[in-house]
Amino acid sequence: SSHFFRQDIMKWNGWGYSDSRFLFNKKGQGEFTGKRYRLSGMILPSLKDWFEATFGTSLQHKTPATPTLNVSAVPPPNLVEPFVEELKVAGVAASHDPEGRVFRSHGHCLHEIFALREGRIGRVPDLVVWPNCHNDVVKIVELACKYNVCLMPYGGGTSVSSALECPLEETRSVVSLDTSQMNRILWIDEKNLTVHVEAGIIGQDLERQLNESGYCTGHEPDSMEFSSLGGWVATRASGMKKNIYGNIEDLVVHIKMVTPRGVIEKSCQGPRMSTGPDIHHFIMGSEGTLGVVTEVTMKIRPLPEYQKYGSIVFPNFQQGVSCLREVARQRCAPASIRLMDNEQFQFGHALKPQVSSIFTSFLDGLKKFYITKFKGFEPHHLCVATLLFEGDREKVLQHEKQVYDIAAKFGGLAAGEDNGQRGYMLTFVIAYLRDLGMDYYVIGESFETSVPWDRVLDLCRNVKERIVRECKERGVQFPPFSTCRVTQTYDAGACVYFYFAFNYRGLADPLHVYERVEHEAREEILANGGSLSHHHGVGKLRKEWMREAVSTVGLGMLQSVKEYVDPNNIFGNRNLL
Amino acid sequence: STRRGIATTGRLNPKVNPGLKKRDELEDMLEERRRSSDARHALRCYAPAVYKGLAPREVSALRGAVLQSDALQHVIGQVSAECGERRELVQEEAAHLLDEMAHRLRLGTVRFFAYVLSKVFKTLFRSVRVNEEGVQRLQQAIQDHPVVLLPSHRSYMDFLMMSYILYTYDLALPVIAAGMDFMSMKVVGEMLRMSGAFFIRRSFGGDKLYWAVFSEYVKTMLRTGYAPIEFFLEGTRSRTGKSLTPKTGLLNIVMEPFFKGEVFDIHLVPVSISYDRILEESLYARELLGVPKPKETTSGLLKARQILREDYGVMHVYFGHPVSVRSLAQGRVKRSQYNLVPRHIPQRPCLAAQALVGEAAFRLVRLQEQAMVLRPWTLVATLLLQNPDGMDLPVLEEQAAWLRRLALSFGAFLDWPDCKPCREVVGAGLALHKNLARVSGGRVRLAVAETPGVGQTAEELAFDRAVGVLSCASYRNQILHVFIRPALLSVALRTANSSRKDEVYTCFNFLWTVFSNEFILCPGASVQDFEEACYLLGKCCAVQESQQDIVMSEGGHATLAFLRALLDPFLQGYQVVCQYLCKETEENLRENKFVPAARNFALQLILAGTLKCYEALSSDLQKNALAALVQLEAVTKVKVIPTQKPVHARL
Repeated sequence: SSHFFRQDIMKWNGWGYSDSRFLFNKKGQGEFTGKRYRLSGMILPSLKDWFEATFGTSLQHKTPATPTLNVSAVPPPNLVEPFVEELKVAGVAASHDPEGRVFRSHGHCLHEIFALREGRIGRVPDLVVWPNCHNDVVKIVELACKYNVCLMPYGGGTSVSSALECPLEETRSVVSLDTSQMNRILWIDEKNLTVHVEAGIIGQDLERQLNESGYCTGHEPDSMEFSSLGGWVATRASGMKKNIYGNIEDLVVHIKMVTPRGVIEKSCQGPRMSTGPDIHHFIMGSEGTLGVVTEVTMKIRPLPEYQKYGSIVFPNFQQGVSCLREVARQRCAPASIRLMDNEQFQFGHALKPQVSSIFTSFLDGLKKFYITKFKGFEPHHLCVATLLFEGDREKVLQHEKQVYDIAAKFGGLAAGEDNGQRGYMLTFVIAYLRDLGMDYYVIGESFETSVPWDRVLDLCRNVKERIVRECKERGVQFPPFSTCRVTQTYDAGACVYFYFAFNYRGLADPLHVYERVEHEAREEILANGGSLSHHHGVGKLRKEWMREAVSTVGLGMLQSVKEYVDPNNIFGNRNLL
Repeated sequence: STRRGIATTGRLNPKVNPGLKKRDELEDMLEERRRSSDARHALRCYAPAVYKGLAPREVSALRGAVLQSDALQHVIGQVSAECGERRELVQEEAAHLLDEMAHRLRLGTVRFFAYVLSKVFKTLFRSVRVNEEGVQRLQQAIQDHPVVLLPSHRSYMDFLMMSYILYTYDLALPVIAAGMDFMSMKVVGEMLRMSGAFFIRRSFGGDKLYWAVFSEYVKTMLRTGYAPIEFFLEGTRSRTGKSLTPKTGLLNIVMEPFFKGEVFDIHLVPVSISYDRILEESLYARELLGVPKPKETTSGLLKARQILREDYGVMHVYFGHPVSVRSLAQGRVKRSQYNLVPRHIPQRPCLAAQALVGEAAFRLVRLQEQAMVLRPWTLVATLLLQNPDGMDLPVLEEQAAWLRRLALSFGAFLDWPDCKPCREVVGAGLALHKNLARVSGGRVRLAVAETPGVGQTAEELAFDRAVGVLSCASYRNQILHVFIRPALLSVALRTANSSRKDEVYTCFNFLWTVFSNEFILCPGASVQDFEEACYLLGKCCAVQESQQDIVMSEGGHATLAFLRALLDPFLQGYQVVCQYLCKETEENLRENKFVPAARNFALQLILAGTLKCYEALSSDLQKNALAALVQLEAVTKVKVIPTQKPVHARL
């Protein structure tokens, strides 16, 4: 049935589409399968060397995943029969098929995927329901209250905060409320440039459909292929092009949410209000603890006339950060500007596909010569910023010049459109790469923070070093891959993204080591003035730091909202608080 | 509650035993210098490993970085607003202060020093022994983290020797915090500056601008890994041979970049420098007795040429294990406390951070103490001081051998050659220190005059003798850190009303508090120290412990008596100070009058024959005693006029 559509084309124990994955072919060459991405079907000649050198691994040592889900390992559902009955009467689709329940029992944290690959199944929802519209949700929530059933909203399933894990202490029947069928654009208002959408819509579908009408929301989180509008609202998502379009909190005009107390929404769509604290801010970031977001009115923009990628090479990370800071100071950031550190720059190189002509490879060689020999950049220090400009052609070119002029003051050299475009393409495929690592004893994860400008460099250095040190102290044999990039600029600071991965051969409990290292890395972030999260959210993974992050009173405020809205903890995913 | 803790915790943790600590081997670094050309050594290719990612930085760039730093600019703005001075003028003043302070490290000068010092050291010392493993550790540390070198301070030689060693082993040269007093020696001062010294005023308590310039200068060098930073935790040269209570000002400054997240870690490296004979030996004794210290002048230093004719034996330099500030702060200091204020704005560190710095300072000084190489002579000096009427040589040798065993069992880093007979070892010490001890007719005694010389007054004679005693005591003092805890326990065992542990601890704790300025006793660690003392005395079978009690063992008499005698001069000295304060009739006693008056009081007792303890004349002891009395609130300090601090005696 159509309810299972997405589930059928996606991996049950890894990232993304089943047909798309990295692998090392028989010749030992890296390869990306499928047809969906620019990199699909390409051979990646340098991947193997980079992989083996970075992680100290050998392709001889494999750790393949359990190929199929062992259905008998899935615990039998704990169903409240009258609840199921009344749902049926109300015409809401529901299923307790084990595969569907397992599929909705996790997000994409390392430990979640690692367990699935090993065939370990923990607590999974007992039932999945597919409301078709707002009124279906109202009905489901009413019934859940009536029968004291625990509801866990499920959107795109891309959470990386353990938000979708069923709480172990939950004894009630757990129902996964899958919003995927509420995926219609209800209306477009061209006078006010707004769109009213059901919250289950997936990012790329929303964008594609709006594009057909000549519009876009411009909200493009890295997960937009799979994540949902409701999920964005529930986690305070951030998009790559927020410099033009804003983050989710800037894009949202109106939200409708169903709670155990009833429906919460504003009475009008005024662009700004002074009506006490903005109730949207109780909803945004509530992580499914208060109710289900069913419909959202969002701003839209006409599609940009012109898009241009770009890239800049800097002699070192410090210069790169100074440049980004200056760009932010002058408030002239392009739609997107990201700065990779040296390790990530080299990683990006490892993902370069086989060049088709001698001429291209000759050009590459020439570029390398120019940058390292002629300009004196140290190959182990240089780093790259990728840029995306959007708007009308003339302004884009003007804007581009302004940014490159600033970059030049910090020793930055324009490094071409191609490198820029490749950088953004990698954003979408990078998540697939972790699955490849896990085939060969390598586990890893990404995490993010936001931090004032003056602390960016210190935080990046200290966190990367902390990761290296913690790995060493915990018996990791080979130095970990520990790298970062600055992915967003703000007036008062930046968003920083860390990747870290290591070879776990020889470790008795690699997951535990991994979790401790991530924990210590987060401690280091907080000690260096970074935030608990910029856009991933808190979930259950970062709950322990909430009190420290928002103060006891702050936490109490949030708790009292929860107590009023959902006194029986129907929305019992236990995230955040 | 602590007392109950003692009675019940009983056995202490076994890691206390310092005797088990493994120490590195020491190698003579002068050997190579005696074999090859000094000129070539001075001119050789010098390419030290530096802090990772460090771009070589000119001295002028450093100056600019400091003067333009946000931190200094902030204070300049404040000062300018406060005193209504134009900002540019304050900026100029800051630049002036920085120029007065800053080092101008130049390789040429370093090479010159490398040449001259090679000559000088070879003349002065038979050998300079260095633990090369420590040097290697240091080399690694310098590449990984900003490094702070913390040598002990007994002589002017210390920092010359430090730089010389680092140069010789091809390590990055340190920049050294030096007292302003050197500045008066024009040529030498400038030379030192060019070899990496920077100069700090002795007191600048209220001067905000000076403090800002100074701390930003140090922190800038540290943050960038510009060079290892070297300073003396003790603040000044110890005149007594004992380590001085550490000053925490500079340590606070160098630890702050870690607290504020500006560096990943900082490594503190304690360095223990010990001398067979200290060049300033009798100079120190005279200073302690109130003969003012001669102002450092270049010509004065040149006069010291006669020093070059003497034999100063062996010098030992031991580079300790680097102490990571990050590890020290782990779980103790919340670095996020700095999240809410821009880091260039001065912020008083939280109590936890202050406590940590204080503790670290003591810990580092103890690490210095523990790695000081002790020579057999220190044991001989100890015995001679306990026997002012002299000892028969065989008795001295026998007791020295006994004391050697005791010291070793307490974990002393004693450099006593195993292969040589005791007689030879003791003889060598006596020979080297013939100015302090005399052997005649098979009897050894301190080399002090018995009767006044021609035209010498009784007072002058007393001072003369005191110089001898204090010089000798400066060697005994070197081993006190080995014995101090058991010694305090020995006295406590004698004075306690019963052998119950808690009562003994009460006495111990009282003595421990009284002497907390005299010896390196880490604040708040009296329980640990008590346990360590019990353990050590138990180990050498001097006491027996049961659940409730602690009593002297049958064979423990000699050990306990020796340990009590070790503390005796201090007990007597403190008593004299108390007696003096009780008798002092003046209602308000000026602080600067205290030492001369107390000294005079002690002198009168000595002249009258009622006091035999010459160490009571030591100004160091008197000051420490006063500080203890102030701490115990037996004496209060009252500020009367801002410039002069009187002491108000209220015993």
